[in-house]
Amino acid sequence: MKLGILINEGPYNHQASDSAYQFTKAALEKGHEIFRVFFYNDGVNNATRYSIPPQDDRNITQQWTELAEKHDLDLVVCVAAAQRRGIIDEGEQERNGKDGNNIAPGFRISGLGQLIEAGIQADRLVTFGD
Amino acid sequence: MSKLHTVNKSPFEKNSLDACIRLAKEGGAVLLFEDGVYGATKGTVISDKVTAAMKGLTFYVLGPDMKARGIRDDQLLDGVKVVDYGGFVDLVADHDNVQPWL
Repeated sequence: MKLGILINEGPYNHQASDSAYQFTKAALEKGHEIFRVFFYNDGVNNATRYSIPPQDDRNITQQWTELAEKHDLDLVVCVAAAQRRGIIDEGEQERNGKDGNNIAPGFRISGLGQLIEAGIQADRLVTFGD
Repeated sequence: MSKLHTVNKSPFEKNSLDACIRLAKEGGAVLLFEDGVYGATKGTVISDKVTAAMKGLTFYVLGPDMKARGIRDDQLLDGVKVVDYGGFVDLVADHDNVQPWL
């Protein structure tokens, strides 16, 4: 089955990103296809490669990056939500004249249409967040 | 059309479980996860309401989230089924769609 995942909450906040990660991992282990993981609202904060959690804590962003590499996942960050919160890739850096970018490997910035498409193309859309 | 309803907040923090029970159609399932697991415990102000709702809805609780909060199996309301993340995935696949109560 094709599944879409929506994450509306940042990392280390409540549990949304952890729950979504565990769910996505379990779904892949069961042979389901993850059509897309969409990060919206504060969920875009999952996409920064500059977070430095304590060494004995999980690194949520890195977990997503590794899962994406292993299973060729499409991790999409909402552009408007990202711009508000300072989540920037090379393209946005150039377009907005910023001095750097911070998006983590495996993530890409795109529009809300990608969420709509996931809603249409996937058999189920599962939402995590507040 | 049978729906899976997901509730991730404690019933003592938000009214999402209450709203879910009030509006969910008979034949659906409710998965309590994250702080929502408190809604599956015995002896609370919402216990009777959840038990009454079991006539029309099947209740599940996510085991790892329950254990993370120190809730034992014997503290769960009778009739609540415990699932792991794999069981969560199966519930999503076995229902026509998923309604999150945020």
